[in-house]
Amino acid sequence: MALPYYVSPEQMMQDKAEYAKKGIAKGRSIVAMEYQDGILIVADNPSMSLNKISEIYDNIAFLGAGRYSEFENLRKAGIRHADLKGYLYSREDVTAKSLANAYSQALGTTFSQEVKPLEIEIAVVAVGETAQSGEIYRISFDGSITDERGFTIIGGRAEAITLFLRDRYKAGLPLAKALKLCKEALENSSGQTLVIPNLEVAVLDRNRQGRKFRRLTTDEVTSLVNQR
Amino acid sequence: MDLKFRGAFQDFGSSFFDWLSTHHPDALPSGHLRTDSGGNDKSQSLAVPHGTTVLALKYRDGVIIAGDRMATEGYQVSARRIDKVYKVDEHSAIAIAGAAGPCIELARLLQTELEHYEKLEGSALSTDGKANKLSQMVKGNLPMAFQGLVVIPIFVGFDLKRNEGRIFKYDITGGRYEETDYFSTGSGGKDARTTMKKLYQTDMAEAEAVRTALEALYDAAEEDIGTGGPDLIRGIFPTAKTVTSRGVIDIEESRIRQTVEQLINTRRRGS
Repeated sequence: MALPYYVSPEQMMQDKAEYAKKGIAKGRSIVAMEYQDGILIVADNPSMSLNKISEIYDNIAFLGAGRYSEFENLRKAGIRHADLKGYLYSREDVTAKSLANAYSQALGTTFSQEVKPLEIEIAVVAVGETAQSGEIYRISFDGSITDERGFTIIGGRAEAITLFLRDRYKAGLPLAKALKLCKEALENSSGQTLVIPNLEVAVLDRNRQGRKFRRLTTDEVTSLVNQR
Repeated sequence: MDLKFRGAFQDFGSSFFDWLSTHHPDALPSGHLRTDSGGNDKSQSLAVPHGTTVLALKYRDGVIIAGDRMATEGYQVSARRIDKVYKVDEHSAIAIAGAAGPCIELARLLQTELEHYEKLEGSALSTDGKANKLSQMVKGNLPMAFQGLVVIPIFVGFDLKRNEGRIFKYDITGGRYEETDYFSTGSGGKDARTTMKKLYQTDMAEAEAVRTALEALYDAAEEDIGTGGPDLIRGIFPTAKTVTSRGVIDIEESRIRQTVEQLINTRRRGS
């Protein structure tokens, strides 16, 4: 019987990380940005029905980049987590922090125990009651979690977009300006103009009653982008 | 089917209720119930608060759903201002008669169920879909019904496809029946139905429909000891909501109070 090859743990983790990063780099990017009334989320997504942005709970939304089937499972698990917590306790006890932690645990466990790591990057965002009190968590394929301020980018060209936005982002932008900035950032990194039907846009608007999540229609996005 | 795919579609779909039933059955309204002991012994039926009369009636723009505020424990009043009418989602509402605890839990479960489905699937359930799901949930409560904890809901929804309001009634086995004009259930249900039978007309205006609903509840309170009438001393009045294409809207208390006071004045002797 042939002995199995020995692979050092360092080597194995490195290989897995490389594999996951390669998978994610192929995908398109998503930006989440705090604006005047909450959080704006813009995804470069040509599909009208396979969403990358989703409502989780009253003030919480989910962003997934990479392999659709993999983050779709996590999205569903997140909605179950939130709905169960809200049902057993109360709506106000459902927090982005606890959800982000649960995701981080799940991704971390999968990365270390499974042969194939998940080729995804996700973010959990929550709108706060006052300006600049939003929460943005970015969670990577290996479960590492970062708490971001102002804006975050996940997906293929995250680093390039972050560099572009670092100098241009200002707190408290009105919706139209924030949307234009996000669109420019996505275009700048990919080097091509994005047509509006290829943008998936949603907001967590703190001025809404109850559920804060709302998708913007193509018409709304068009008129916001054309606003002076 | 190919063995490889056998597990693929055994997910719990998009139902919160089905998922909860498998993973957290203790969190269901029928949770910690033991079905093996003394199920049929009526004398042991638990003394818990019971909600009494609720009703729904169609009018020009949709449906009105309303209920009195009393909960009783046997011959005692256990609560004077409970609410039996709940908004479930943007276009549907539920009113429940029966054991108050499981009733309120069922309403919350249905709210979570519909929101859960909408978030997972990206679109809301059809009105029929909502009514059928509730039917399964009521059926799940059957073991409790045998122990005296009966839960009888009325479900109303505005069907955006058909552009009309719809009323569904249920029995304890989860049987689901659609009503064409109006319905009322609970201890004073029969009395409220009698009043609506006499006053109901198709395509009533909203004000007229509100008056009919309140008059039916008033009559139920007169004839049935379990139903609470308007309490002028404490200022407690029935609650009601309209379910239309514009959504589920509470009818303000001041408006209900005014209508009830007019009603009392017309009935006052010698006036």
